[in-house]
Amino acid sequence: MAAMTREETEALIQEVLEVYPEKAKKDRAKHLAVNDSSLEKANKCITSNRKSLPGVMTVRGCAYAGSKGVVWGPIKDMIHISHGPVGCGQYSRAGRRNYYVGTTGVNAFGTMNFTSDFKENDIVFGGDKKLSKIMLEIEQLFPLNKGISIQSECPIGLIGDDIEAVAKKAAKETGKPVVPVRCEGFRGVSQSLGHHIANDAIRDWVLENRDGDDSFQTTPYDVAVIGDYNIGGDAWASRTLLEEMGLRVVAQWSGDGTIAEIEKTPKVKLNLIHCYRSMNYIARHMEEKYSIPWIEYNFFGPTKIAESLRKIAALFDDTIKAGAERVIARYTAEYEAVIAKYKPRLEGKRVMLYIGGLRPRHVIGAYEDLGMEVVGTGYEFGHNDDYDRTIKEMGNATLLYDDVTGYEFEEFVKRVQPDLIGSGIKEKYIFQKMGVPFRQMHSWDYSGPYHGYDGFAIFARDMDMTINNPCWKNIKAPWKNQVANDEALKAVA
Amino acid sequence: MPSVMLRKREDGKLIFYVAKKDLEETIESIEFDSPDKWGGEVVLGDGSKYAFEILDAPPKIPLTLQAKRL
Repeated sequence: MAAMTREETEALIQEVLEVYPEKAKKDRAKHLAVNDSSLEKANKCITSNRKSLPGVMTVRGCAYAGSKGVVWGPIKDMIHISHGPVGCGQYSRAGRRNYYVGTTGVNAFGTMNFTSDFKENDIVFGGDKKLSKIMLEIEQLFPLNKGISIQSECPIGLIGDDIEAVAKKAAKETGKPVVPVRCEGFRGVSQSLGHHIANDAIRDWVLENRDGDDSFQTTPYDVAVIGDYNIGGDAWASRTLLEEMGLRVVAQWSGDGTIAEIEKTPKVKLNLIHCYRSMNYIARHMEEKYSIPWIEYNFFGPTKIAESLRKIAALFDDTIKAGAERVIARYTAEYEAVIAKYKPRLEGKRVMLYIGGLRPRHVIGAYEDLGMEVVGTGYEFGHNDDYDRTIKEMGNATLLYDDVTGYEFEEFVKRVQPDLIGSGIKEKYIFQKMGVPFRQMHSWDYSGPYHGYDGFAIFARDMDMTINNPCWKNIKAPWKNQVANDEALKAVA
Repeated sequence: MPSVMLRKREDGKLIFYVAKKDLEETIESIEFDSPDKWGGEVVLGDGSKYAFEILDAPPKIPLTLQAKRL
């Protein structure tokens, strides 16, 4: 199918909106837009970060998901207590594949689930006593933990437990940081507020722990990687590139990260932000309090990697600038071979994306490096500033959809007929059953890493094996395939 | 009275950021911007107007300040 014109895309949006009742239609219309890359600001064309409509299918998460699942969860040497009923922690346990080095249960706790397992009794009489008991037990059973974070689930806010007081008491007893996080699930419209609350908790309870302590040896090349959650090893693939160009990565936030790294971050010279949505708050705070500049970068696909490496190097002296060029030169042959192999198989294929907070714009470059075209993109929980950054990356007259509903997404796919959809597990089986190739772009479909030059090779292979998989030719039952039937009959006769 | 975070962009323009409102705009003009007087009315890139308290000296950017919506 040829690219759609602006009028066609607008007509498509109108057609999809037609089934809604008047009020819902008016609301949803603000969240769907045709991209106009000449615009400077996104708020002229799209509204975002608003409450989802009751009755439509949304795939958003909650504030607890944003704090425990995204920001705090990957910090491997801390124990994160899911404070409340058992389900929130258990059903999200280890689901995000934040890889880490360490012995689980001894000095790393990433894939384990700690919960206070609230029962009726705790709701009625309060759970503070139980919480202090849990923390004592944790100290006895897992003495190598480096701290505890208390991730509140909905009931904690509803019954008004004073987890801050319990945390302060426990911190005094154990001598380790204990961080209460008020990330009850009902706060905000999506997981995005959970990120913000988690950032604020780091700011208030962790970041200033080593203020005034200069025992940490610094160099002029210290940087922190912020907003890389090491999904499938992403942060490792990014880190090697930065180290090869001569920088020293002091902290990883928060994939494969530790509390000590976070405490040392105020000593770095530059903060590198990968996931802008979930960690810009803390970067802005550090810029203000510690005068640490921050920049956004993008390690998806060779074009964007080279751009980002040069952008980072520009803030340092000539040795780093030479280092960046050296890194780019070193990997050129490698990624050119990847492009030469996969581009002929993927050229001209059209992709629709619907992901979380940074990938709807960050992966566009990687697809374009493979000759593919992104024809629609959208954020589950992006804000206006995300869309500001997206409209420049996307082609003109492509679709933008914010917090898209299940119905809208299906209808868009039926009409746009992309060759690949990149979204999450909740969308995966619907579209596979419709016969559209699909990749999970949250968890990399259990593959990865996709960051860095090494990740690009894996990314290209995965996209190829999904789109060009022979199974898509067999979606239709053989007896419904008229041509094949006729030929078979001829062969029999 | 939103809390506004001010920071300098690479090209030297001031960025006016209100986290609670997802508002990230450039400051197009500021009423007083001299070594002995800073603040007053500011006009943002989207045309909206805010006012800062008038300070005796230009503040060290980045900084969080209270602004009044006009």
